[in-house]
Amino acid sequence: MVQTVSTSREEVANPFPQAIREALYAGAISFGLFVLFIGLKSDQNIRNELILVQRWGLLAIVVALVMIGRFVAVAYIRPFVANQKIANIATGLFPDSAATRFFRLPYFIAAVVIAAVLLFFSGTLAGALSPQSAAYVGLLRGVAIIYALASVLFYFRSFILAHFSLLSVILLVLYPVAMVLMFGFQGSLKWVDNFGIQILIYVMLAWGLNIVVGLAGLLDLGYVAFYAVGAYSYALLGTHFGWSFWILLPAAGLMAAFWGVILGFPVLRLRGDYLAIVTLAFGEIIRLVLINWREVTNGSAGISGIPKVSFFGLFSFNVSDPNYIAKVFNIAQSGAYYKIFLYYLILALALLTAFVTIRLRRMPVGRAWEALREDEIACRSLGINTTTTKLTAFATGAMFGGFAGSFFAARQGFVSPESFVFLESAIILAIVVLGGMGSLTGIAIAALVMIGGTEILREMQFLKAIFGDSFTPELYRMLLFGCAMVIVMLWKPRGFVGSREPTAFLHERKSVSASFTKEGHG
Amino acid sequence: MQYFIQQLINGLTLGSIYGLIAIGYTMVYGIIGMINFAHGDIFMVGAFTALIVFLILVGLFYSVPVVVALLIMMIVAMLLTSLYNWTIEKVAYRPLRGSFRLAPLITAIGMSIALSNFVQVTQGPRNKPIPPMVSQVYTIEGISVSLKQIIIVVVTAALLAIFWYLVNKTSLGRAQRACEQDRKMAALLGIDVDRTISITFIMGACLAAVAGTLFLMYYGVVVFSDGFVPGVKAFTAAVLGGIGSIPGAVLGGLLIGFIESMWSAYFSIDYKDVAAFSILAIVLIFLPSGILGRPEVEKV
Repeated sequence: MVQTVSTSREEVANPFPQAIREALYAGAISFGLFVLFIGLKSDQNIRNELILVQRWGLLAIVVALVMIGRFVAVAYIRPFVANQKIANIATGLFPDSAATRFFRLPYFIAAVVIAAVLLFFSGTLAGALSPQSAAYVGLLRGVAIIYALASVLFYFRSFILAHFSLLSVILLVLYPVAMVLMFGFQGSLKWVDNFGIQILIYVMLAWGLNIVVGLAGLLDLGYVAFYAVGAYSYALLGTHFGWSFWILLPAAGLMAAFWGVILGFPVLRLRGDYLAIVTLAFGEIIRLVLINWREVTNGSAGISGIPKVSFFGLFSFNVSDPNYIAKVFNIAQSGAYYKIFLYYLILALALLTAFVTIRLRRMPVGRAWEALREDEIACRSLGINTTTTKLTAFATGAMFGGFAGSFFAARQGFVSPESFVFLESAIILAIVVLGGMGSLTGIAIAALVMIGGTEILREMQFLKAIFGDSFTPELYRMLLFGCAMVIVMLWKPRGFVGSREPTAFLHERKSVSASFTKEGHG
Repeated sequence: MQYFIQQLINGLTLGSIYGLIAIGYTMVYGIIGMINFAHGDIFMVGAFTALIVFLILVGLFYSVPVVVALLIMMIVAMLLTSLYNWTIEKVAYRPLRGSFRLAPLITAIGMSIALSNFVQVTQGPRNKPIPPMVSQVYTIEGISVSLKQIIIVVVTAALLAIFWYLVNKTSLGRAQRACEQDRKMAALLGIDVDRTISITFIMGACLAAVAGTLFLMYYGVVVFSDGFVPGVKAFTAAVLGGIGSIPGAVLGGLLIGFIESMWSAYFSIDYKDVAAFSILAIVLIFLPSGILGRPEVEKV
């Protein structure tokens, strides 16, 4: 696991001794790390005493895997990358030369044929094969489909990049329709709800936090507090007074913005990491109050029975109501209508966030945010009122958090302090940073990768067939999420879309020496 | 009055543990300017290592003297925990040094999530209770002091003395302080900056491992998610004392411990964390760089 920054010529030419040495080091370190945690397991016996279960076989496998991984990385991957860099200098085609070799027309045709055949015969195959080999066939089908899609994306990449926003909005609007066509109303529930709505909530939250972190450069570790304020505003007012979602949505946003200002006032003088800890503390305070103020919030048991959203009062999604959607349109009853409606609602809310962000960036306040992020002292010298600038950033970000929160409460029908732990703030912040702070597209991609990737683990039932029935992929969800955060950050320290273009600049651009900027080079 | 002194003793015990963890935060912050979010989980790994070593000792020998058991637990926990922190620094933080400020913070949060879930996956999600190791309680004029509390305070004091010596009197400590002041200049003067930073992480991990062992001994139970709350409290303590300042971290830890035990004794136990966090916010309003922190002078 030792990172070597530069590789000398001899290592590139004959990397094996080096690889063996580093594999041994990696093995020794991983043995040290894992000997107590994987080799032994503390378990409770029948008398509720802790005993140790020995798992040396597993330990040996893990250590061997680490050693092999390190060996392959040093012996093959590192020289390959180094050679590619040389090729890159010669032809200037590094990303393409590797990718064009990977995406070739014959492979693409083969993948399409395999996917089509397997999809077409999936019924007959499932009957003929044992569950275990059926799982492998399912895996093969998935890989073939992903490869075919990736090839299509690769061939049309210039077109896609040119029209990215438009294409993705069209895709998002069509997504529920496609799911319903493919899986039917009941089958689409999972794809629309668990994937579509879940990812879009995080996209919206991350876009909201982006205003605070990405644009104004204020590190906020307690963003989930505003999400909680929004959710509880709707939950409490909705259940006690029966007010409609459409009144409470702006109310929840205002409430969250108000709390944003309340948090903003005391922390205005703080900078950097002091600000981070106070926002973290604020998030924890809100959560602890929600847990302990039992008379109002019902403590950790949470609030249930939160009313559903209606379609602007025209028709509702409650089966018992006289204007239930199925009665109005004379169609079959299904829970999927509500989910699809919620999908479009969160899509609209998220797009509203994006629209407001894009427009605000071009307004004086948005430019002031970006200036504040780059250099606070220069900002003050130029007469920008940093107090109001910071407060507006906090309030605007918090407002979108509040919107997302009230949507969350309406979607779940139940809120409890469990949903607003620090981990959520961390995930949202991670999405903002991984996406490349300030870039809406990058953030959406990061949310898709991180949230969609961990959600898809729940679907990986074929792993069960490979590793045995006791294997639950869900258990590894957060472990993989944490590792993915580290790996993506190491791979792209500036995020997926890592350019930091100021919205406004003078026409003649000059490069600025690194010593004049705080971070990176200008 | 007796009640007050009793709470003072409880606060001192808690504060010692927070102080030990807080030093890890503050040292790393001082030297490379990043919040090592995984430090709370390093503490948890230390407690878990101590638990497993305890189980091994109980399994191998019928009875072990408590002092010997505690010593072995601490030493093994220190070794393994520093290995963890060293590896994490090498893999997740070093490649990002010189990158922009939030990048190592995100890898630290990622490492924190990965560590706690790694322990959950490998050791199971349930509470791990152990039989009480030390149970003597002494009562002096109505104030009861348990041996556990005495051990915690004595061990903490001894460690702090060793630590103070290391930082202030040895060439290693001098190198650390030099790197803290100006990393580039220290490198020019022949100090191996990478090595110094690695050693800083190892020292922080050692203190966290001892804190973890003491935590396990005091509460007798540990669970994979135990890193978060003490971690955040210790971080709060570090900021309260002025992040980057080592005496500040100890002072902050003690303060947080006192606030917590006093608040639970005189007001309500439910809101003790709210009290600790609110006092942090109030202190920072009046002293924006903590109690003992140097005010940041920004040169243009």
